[in-house]
Amino acid sequence: MITIVQTLRLWFAPQRIGEEGETPDYRFSLANERTFLAWIRTSLALVGGGFAVDQFLPDLRWGVRVALALALLAAGVLCALRAVNHWVRCERAMRRGEDLPVSRFPTLLSLAVAVVAVVMVVVVVFGWAG
Amino acid sequence: MPSPVPARDPGLQPERTRLAWRRTTLSCTVAAVLAAKQAVHRGSSPLGILALTLSGLVWLGFLAVAHRRIQALSGAGRPRVLGVRAAVATAACTVALACFAVAMLF
Repeated sequence: MITIVQTLRLWFAPQRIGEEGETPDYRFSLANERTFLAWIRTSLALVGGGFAVDQFLPDLRWGVRVALALALLAAGVLCALRAVNHWVRCERAMRRGEDLPVSRFPTLLSLAVAVVAVVMVVVVVFGWAG
Repeated sequence: MPSPVPARDPGLQPERTRLAWRRTTLSCTVAAVLAAKQAVHRGSSPLGILALTLSGLVWLGFLAVAHRRIQALSGAGRPRVLGVRAAVATAACTVALACFAVAMLF
Protein backbone atom coordinates (compact mmCIF):
# COMPACT_ATOMS: atom_id res chain seq x y z
CA MET A 1 0.00 0.00 0.00
CA ILE A 2 2.79 2.40 0.95
CA THR A 3 4.60 1.69 -2.30
CA ILE A 4 1.44 2.45 -4.28
CA VAL A 5 1.11 5.84 -2.57
CA GLN A 6 4.79 6.57 -3.14
CA THR A 7 4.57 5.73 -6.83
CA LEU A 8 1.39 7.78 -7.20
CA ARG A 9 3.23 10.74 -5.67
CA LEU A 10 5.94 10.26 -8.26
CA TRP A 11 3.33 10.50 -11.04
CA PHE A 12 2.31 13.97 -9.95
CA ALA A 13 5.61 15.31 -8.65
CA PRO A 14 7.87 14.54 -11.61
CA GLN A 15 10.83 16.49 -10.28
CA ARG A 16 11.18 13.91 -7.49
CA ILE A 17 12.35 11.25 -9.92
CA GLY A 18 15.28 13.46 -10.99
CA GLU A 19 16.42 13.86 -7.40
CA GLU A 20 17.24 10.20 -6.96
CA GLY A 21 20.38 8.41 -8.04
CA GLU A 22 22.24 9.18 -11.25
CA THR A 23 20.93 9.84 -14.73
CA PRO A 24 21.30 6.58 -16.69
CA ASP A 25 22.54 6.30 -20.26
CA TYR A 26 19.89 8.08 -22.36
CA ARG A 27 19.57 4.99 -24.57
CA PHE A 28 18.20 3.00 -21.63
CA SER A 29 15.64 5.73 -20.97
CA LEU A 30 14.62 5.76 -24.62
CA ALA A 31 14.22 1.98 -24.59
CA ASN A 32 12.04 2.32 -21.49
CA GLU A 33 10.00 4.98 -23.30
CA ARG A 34 9.49 2.67 -26.31
CA THR A 35 8.33 -0.12 -24.02
CA PHE A 36 5.88 2.32 -22.44
CA LEU A 37 4.59 3.30 -25.89
CA ALA A 38 4.20 -0.35 -26.86
CA TRP A 39 2.00 -0.86 -23.77
CA ILE A 40 0.00 2.25 -24.66
CA ARG A 41 -0.56 0.81 -28.15
CA THR A 42 -1.72 -2.45 -26.59
CA SER A 43 -4.07 -0.46 -24.43
CA LEU A 44 -5.40 1.53 -27.42
CA ALA A 45 -5.92 -1.73 -29.32
CA LEU A 46 -7.96 -3.14 -26.41
CA VAL A 47 -10.05 0.05 -26.26
CA GLY A 48 -10.52 -0.12 -30.03
CA GLY A 49 -11.57 -3.76 -29.61
CA GLY A 50 -14.16 -2.65 -27.06
CA PHE A 51 -15.60 -0.17 -29.58
CA ALA A 52 -15.46 -2.79 -32.33
CA VAL A 53 -17.37 -5.43 -30.30
CA ASP A 54 -20.14 -2.93 -29.72
CA GLN A 55 -20.24 -1.78 -33.35
CA PHE A 56 -19.57 -4.86 -35.43
CA LEU A 57 -21.42 -7.58 -33.48
CA PRO A 58 -24.92 -6.07 -33.34
CA ASP A 59 -26.57 -9.50 -33.58
CA LEU A 60 -25.29 -10.54 -30.17
CA ARG A 61 -27.56 -10.37 -27.18
CA TRP A 62 -27.22 -7.03 -25.40
CA GLY A 63 -25.85 -8.53 -22.17
CA VAL A 64 -23.15 -10.57 -23.89
CA ARG A 65 -22.10 -7.69 -26.10
CA VAL A 66 -21.84 -5.25 -23.22
CA ALA A 67 -19.97 -7.76 -21.05
CA LEU A 68 -17.39 -8.47 -23.77
CA ALA A 69 -16.97 -4.76 -24.52
CA LEU A 70 -16.61 -3.90 -20.84
CA ALA A 71 -14.01 -6.65 -20.33
CA LEU A 72 -11.92 -5.31 -23.22
CA LEU A 73 -12.29 -1.68 -22.12
CA ALA A 74 -11.41 -2.48 -18.51
CA ALA A 75 -8.32 -4.35 -19.71
CA GLY A 76 -7.40 -1.30 -21.83
CA VAL A 77 -7.71 1.10 -18.88
CA LEU A 78 -5.70 -1.18 -16.57
CA CYS A 79 -3.06 -1.55 -19.26
CA ALA A 80 -2.69 2.22 -19.70
CA LEU A 81 -2.45 2.92 -15.96
CA ARG A 82 -0.02 0.09 -15.46
CA ALA A 83 2.05 1.35 -18.42
CA VAL A 84 2.72 4.67 -16.65
CA ASN A 85 3.34 2.94 -13.35
CA HIS A 86 5.79 0.44 -14.80
CA TRP A 87 7.60 3.16 -16.76
CA VAL A 88 8.06 5.29 -13.62
CA ARG A 89 9.27 2.30 -11.61
CA CYS A 90 11.74 1.23 -14.32
CA GLU A 91 13.05 4.78 -14.64
CA ARG A 92 13.56 4.98 -10.87
CA ALA A 93 15.20 1.57 -10.70
CA MET A 94 17.64 2.58 -13.44
CA ARG A 95 18.51 5.80 -11.61
CA ARG A 96 19.09 3.93 -8.37
CA GLY A 97 21.00 1.14 -10.12
CA GLU A 98 18.55 -1.48 -8.85
CA ASP A 99 17.12 -4.49 -10.66
CA LEU A 100 14.23 -3.69 -12.97
CA PRO A 101 10.83 -4.42 -11.41
CA VAL A 102 9.23 -7.72 -12.37
CA SER A 103 5.51 -8.01 -12.85
CA ARG A 104 2.84 -10.62 -13.32
CA PHE A 105 0.70 -8.19 -15.32
CA PRO A 106 1.65 -9.55 -18.79
CA THR A 107 0.53 -13.05 -17.74
CA LEU A 108 -2.76 -11.79 -16.30
CA LEU A 109 -3.44 -9.66 -19.38
CA SER A 110 -2.78 -12.51 -21.80
CA LEU A 111 -5.03 -14.82 -19.77
CA ALA A 112 -7.80 -12.20 -19.80
CA VAL A 113 -7.46 -11.68 -23.55
CA ALA A 114 -7.51 -15.45 -24.09
CA VAL A 115 -10.71 -15.78 -22.05
CA VAL A 116 -12.38 -12.96 -24.02
CA ALA A 117 -11.29 -14.57 -27.30
CA VAL A 118 -12.67 -18.01 -26.30
CA VAL A 119 -15.95 -16.48 -25.13
CA MET A 120 -16.24 -14.55 -28.40
CA VAL A 121 -15.61 -17.68 -30.51
CA VAL A 122 -18.16 -19.69 -28.51
CA VAL A 123 -20.75 -16.92 -28.64
CA VAL A 124 -20.35 -16.28 -32.37
CA VAL A 125 -20.34 -19.99 -33.32
CA PHE A 126 -23.36 -20.88 -31.17
CA GLY A 127 -25.06 -17.61 -32.07
CA TRP A 128 -24.89 -18.53 -35.75
CA ALA A 129 -25.80 -22.14 -35.17
CA GLY A 130 -28.82 -21.33 -33.01
CA MET B 1 40.87 12.08 -37.86
CA PRO B 2 37.69 13.46 -36.31
CA SER B 3 34.65 13.11 -38.49
CA PRO B 4 32.96 16.35 -39.57
CA VAL B 5 29.49 14.80 -39.31
CA PRO B 6 27.71 15.46 -36.00
CA ALA B 7 27.73 12.55 -33.59
CA ARG B 8 24.98 10.09 -34.31
CA ASP B 9 23.74 7.28 -32.16
CA PRO B 10 24.79 4.09 -34.01
CA GLY B 11 21.73 2.27 -32.68
CA LEU B 12 19.41 5.01 -34.02
CA GLN B 13 17.67 5.13 -30.65
CA PRO B 14 16.08 8.60 -31.05
CA GLU B 15 14.80 7.67 -34.52
CA ARG B 16 13.30 4.43 -33.24
CA THR B 17 11.64 6.23 -30.36
CA ARG B 18 10.27 8.84 -32.77
CA LEU B 19 8.78 6.11 -34.95
CA ALA B 20 7.29 4.47 -31.86
CA TRP B 21 5.51 7.77 -31.12
CA ARG B 22 4.25 7.85 -34.72
CA ARG B 23 2.92 4.29 -34.46
CA THR B 24 1.21 5.14 -31.21
CA THR B 25 -0.37 8.25 -32.78
CA LEU B 26 -1.68 6.01 -35.55
CA SER B 27 -3.20 3.62 -32.99
CA CYS B 28 -4.78 6.55 -31.20
CA THR B 29 -6.23 7.78 -34.51
CA VAL B 30 -7.82 4.39 -35.13
CA ALA B 31 -9.37 4.36 -31.65
CA ALA B 32 -10.60 7.96 -32.07
CA VAL B 33 -12.12 7.15 -35.48
CA LEU B 34 -13.97 4.18 -33.93
CA ALA B 35 -15.20 6.49 -31.15
CA ALA B 36 -16.38 9.05 -33.73
CA LYS B 37 -18.12 6.33 -35.74
CA GLN B 38 -19.90 5.20 -32.59
CA ALA B 39 -21.00 8.77 -31.83
CA VAL B 40 -22.25 9.36 -35.39
CA HIS B 41 -24.05 6.02 -35.31
CA ARG B 42 -26.07 7.18 -32.32
CA GLY B 43 -27.50 10.04 -34.36
CA SER B 44 -27.34 13.76 -33.71
CA SER B 45 -28.48 13.68 -30.09
CA PRO B 46 -26.75 16.24 -27.83
CA LEU B 47 -24.93 13.40 -26.09
CA GLY B 48 -23.64 12.07 -29.42
CA ILE B 49 -22.36 15.50 -30.44
CA LEU B 50 -20.71 15.94 -27.05
CA ALA B 51 -19.02 12.54 -27.37
CA LEU B 52 -17.84 13.40 -30.89
CA THR B 53 -16.36 16.73 -29.73
CA LEU B 54 -14.68 15.19 -26.70
CA SER B 55 -13.08 12.35 -28.65
CA GLY B 56 -11.83 14.92 -31.17
CA LEU B 57 -10.32 16.93 -28.33
CA VAL B 58 -8.69 13.84 -26.83
CA TRP B 59 -7.19 13.00 -30.21
CA LEU B 60 -5.85 16.55 -30.60
CA GLY B 61 -4.39 16.39 -27.10
CA PHE B 62 -2.59 13.16 -27.90
CA LEU B 63 -1.35 14.67 -31.16
CA ALA B 64 0.07 17.67 -29.27
CA VAL B 65 1.93 15.49 -26.74
CA ALA B 66 3.32 13.26 -29.50
CA HIS B 67 4.33 16.25 -31.62
CA ARG B 68 6.23 17.89 -28.76
CA ARG B 69 8.02 14.66 -27.97
CA ILE B 70 8.91 14.05 -31.62
CA GLN B 71 10.31 17.59 -31.81
CA ALA B 72 12.38 17.01 -28.68
CA LEU B 73 13.76 13.78 -30.17
CA SER B 74 14.58 15.38 -33.52
CA GLY B 75 17.08 17.90 -32.21
CA ALA B 76 20.81 17.30 -32.32
CA GLY B 77 22.67 16.09 -29.27
CA ARG B 78 21.46 14.08 -26.32
CA PRO B 79 17.67 13.83 -26.32
CA ARG B 80 15.84 14.75 -23.14
CA VAL B 81 14.19 11.99 -21.13
CA LEU B 82 10.41 11.69 -21.46
CA GLY B 83 8.66 13.78 -18.83
CA VAL B 84 6.31 12.22 -16.31
CA ARG B 85 3.61 14.73 -17.34
CA ALA B 86 3.77 13.64 -20.99
CA ALA B 87 3.53 9.98 -19.93
CA VAL B 88 0.54 10.64 -17.68
CA ALA B 89 -1.13 12.72 -20.44
CA THR B 90 -0.65 9.89 -22.94
CA ALA B 91 -2.24 7.35 -20.60
CA ALA B 92 -5.02 9.82 -19.71
CA CYS B 93 -5.99 10.13 -23.40
CA THR B 94 -6.29 6.35 -23.63
CA VAL B 95 -8.36 6.15 -20.44
CA ALA B 96 -10.60 8.99 -21.68
CA LEU B 97 -11.34 7.11 -24.91
CA ALA B 98 -12.22 4.02 -22.87
CA CYS B 99 -14.55 6.12 -20.69
CA PHE B 100 -16.37 7.40 -23.81
CA ALA B 101 -16.74 3.82 -24.99
CA VAL B 102 -18.29 2.82 -21.66
CA ALA B 103 -20.59 5.87 -21.71
CA MET B 104 -21.75 5.05 -25.23
CA LEU B 105 -22.48 1.40 -24.39
CA PHE B 106 -25.58 2.36 -22.47
